[in-house]
Amino acid sequence: MIRLAFMVAALAWLVLVFSDVTILFSDIKGLPPDLPGWLPRVMFGLYAVSLFYYYKFKIEQDEALNFTDLLWSVFASGLVFTVISLAVRLVLFLLGETALVGLDVFKDVIYQINLGLWVSFLLAAFISWKRLILYQKSKWLIRTWYLFELGLLIVLSYDCLNFSIGEVPSTILSVVLGLLALVLSANMKWVAYLNFKQKWTSLLLLLLTFFYLAYFFITVTTTSESMTSKSTAYLSFQSTIFIPALFAFIVTYSVFSFLVILFNLPTSSVFEQKLEEVVNFQRISQSIQTEQNEESVYSILLESSVGSVFADAAWLEIRGASTEHRFYTYKITEKQAREIRDHLKSKNIRGVLDQSTDKTKNLSKHLAQLKGTIYRSIVSFPITVKEETIGTLALLKELPDGFNKEMTRIVSTFSNQAGISIENFRLMEEAFQNERYKEELKIAKTVQKSLLPERLEKDNDFEIAAFSESADEVGGDYYDTIRINDHQIALIIADVSGKGTTAAFHMSQMKGIFHSLAQQELDPKEFMVRANQALIYCLERGSFISATYFVINTQKKKIFYARAGHCPVLYFNAASNSSGYLKDRGKALGMIKNKDYCNHVETNELSYLPGDIMVLYTDGITEAKDSKGEEFGLDQLNNTLLEVTDRSAKEIELHLIDRLYQYTGTKDINDDYTTMIVKFTGESKLINTKPV
Amino acid sequence: MVHIKRLQEEGIDIIAVVGEIDASSSIELDLAIAKSVGEGYKRIIIDCHAMEYISSAGLGVFMSYIEEFKDKGILMVLFGMKEKVINTFSILGLAELLHIRNNKEEAKQLINGLSI
Repeated sequence: MIRLAFMVAALAWLVLVFSDVTILFSDIKGLPPDLPGWLPRVMFGLYAVSLFYYYKFKIEQDEALNFTDLLWSVFASGLVFTVISLAVRLVLFLLGETALVGLDVFKDVIYQINLGLWVSFLLAAFISWKRLILYQKSKWLIRTWYLFELGLLIVLSYDCLNFSIGEVPSTILSVVLGLLALVLSANMKWVAYLNFKQKWTSLLLLLLTFFYLAYFFITVTTTSESMTSKSTAYLSFQSTIFIPALFAFIVTYSVFSFLVILFNLPTSSVFEQKLEEVVNFQRISQSIQTEQNEESVYSILLESSVGSVFADAAWLEIRGASTEHRFYTYKITEKQAREIRDHLKSKNIRGVLDQSTDKTKNLSKHLAQLKGTIYRSIVSFPITVKEETIGTLALLKELPDGFNKEMTRIVSTFSNQAGISIENFRLMEEAFQNERYKEELKIAKTVQKSLLPERLEKDNDFEIAAFSESADEVGGDYYDTIRINDHQIALIIADVSGKGTTAAFHMSQMKGIFHSLAQQELDPKEFMVRANQALIYCLERGSFISATYFVINTQKKKIFYARAGHCPVLYFNAASNSSGYLKDRGKALGMIKNKDYCNHVETNELSYLPGDIMVLYTDGITEAKDSKGEEFGLDQLNNTLLEVTDRSAKEIELHLIDRLYQYTGTKDINDDYTTMIVKFTGESKLINTKPV
Repeated sequence: MVHIKRLQEEGIDIIAVVGEIDASSSIELDLAIAKSVGEGYKRIIIDCHAMEYISSAGLGVFMSYIEEFKDKGILMVLFGMKEKVINTFSILGLAELLHIRNNKEEAKQLINGLSI
């Protein structure tokens, strides 16, 4: 599109020059023109319209241009056109007073070149001004602008057709156009957004633009004057309304802009200041999102506040969780800051560093009393997070009464925002921690699951069934079996204190200990003593492991076991058809951190017979609560077992778990349920099968 | 949830535990005892009569101070535990490692007797 517009413009201009020259030539020679008299004018209209579109596409669509860029583009096109025009002059000068130069036709070509360049420059400026004027659009403004453009188009077509609409309408049209131009020229909002340096640049660029405008105006006017004396058949700009109107508008707006920028120069620093405040404000609020820490919020707050009120020094005192206070300082040492603070405190001056109020005073009198300080005014603001004051921001100036109301308002906004940012930061941190904790729990749960055996030992003498289900919060329940030799099998059930990853970690240590020690055919007491010795150095402070270790000897038909603080085993004696808990003494592993532990644990033994049942469990089962908060308890566990003593280990386990869920009335358990059922079989099974 | 109250009587720091001590609230108990030690108390009595439940983590807190107290010569006596609660102490074997009494008078007597 840009190329097409440019081509059309170039073509139109060529035709314009050619036709105009022809007509002029015919006129001077007194011959009837070969070409119709309207052709140059129409070509001029075509030239102007296509150039308008050319610049519209080139300048208006380029979003990246800022204000100075726009002015610069006007300046640059002006420069190019002026250079071309000057080059033409140079050629003329070099040619000297030759016959060619004297020819009116040749003069007309030069005139048309200058006129074309001038119009082109005016249009470039026109489009740029349009962007500046419409910088802050309103419906009304856009309508006005289009009306103005429409007016110019009417004027242009009027020029092209060259018919007279009479004195009065044309005057009205001119007045309307002039008024519109004036109204539009009042839109100077963009000037406010220029900073100091940009304003100077703009002034310079505008000044040069004036120069180009003046240069072309004079060049075209003089040439035109010298030609009009010979003939008026050529296309002169004075005969159009469009060019003078456009020219007037461009000049008006340039003059307005120039003056507005000039008068805005002294106040530009204030505007820049405001802009900086906004940016600083944004920095404080955004500092959290960019994964920065609280410290960076503090330093941004300090920096922004100092910058906004031109303080000579400042400090930020943050009260930590403990009694220590942290200081962030600007051009003042922490010692000096403390001195000033203590001085004000000792003088009991309320409302200065008083946390409960943000009343501020400049207090030159009191500061003057403090030796060695050069500051004469101070303002301070509390920083509050969740209605709790976490710190104080204090700004200092060497001048007495150095802070005005405006400044205190700004800094108070800053400190409020900083408080909000820190609160957000803490909330985010909390959420993040929670998320991490959940993730950790997931891992711990997987670890814990994988530590439990997939397969339990089997023997002709007994069968084992086990169940373990953990709550959302991972516990540290552990059970395992291992065959020591053909007639000895080791069993363990353990409960690691605490929950979460630590518990899972300790559980894995217990597994390691079980697997390495059980192989050594140790007496259960010796097993516990060694396990305790190993765990002393591994367990965290306050952590311990309760466990019961069994060795079932199928040769002797005996169970050897040691209880280290674990829940007492429920044992069902088939012969007497009675059951009870084996409450032997023994302390949990990790509780006694010296060799003394051997005095706190013992090996017990009992003989088993077929039909006997051993129920191992963790406290999650006995402490399971019903809806009223009553615990399942040892008695109920015992009764549950007595209901199903004649069944297999697996069936007993299923029954127990079923009962437990029935009791709690929910599938959501709040602790770990772990149980291991050992049912002794063997001979009794043989007896049972004998009759068959 | 747990509420921990501290009050001082005759130079003894009495820490009253109200409610349940589970994995998370055991931290509060730990903090309370640590604070008492930090303030220099040599005689600490734990009032357990309103303690409804204690988990293994809570027991771990008491356990973790046994050695430290022995080294520093600090005496700690617990009293007024419910049967259910004292059971958990004895199953673990922790009851034998701690000084446990039925009521406040006995606890005070013990702690004063031991400290002389």
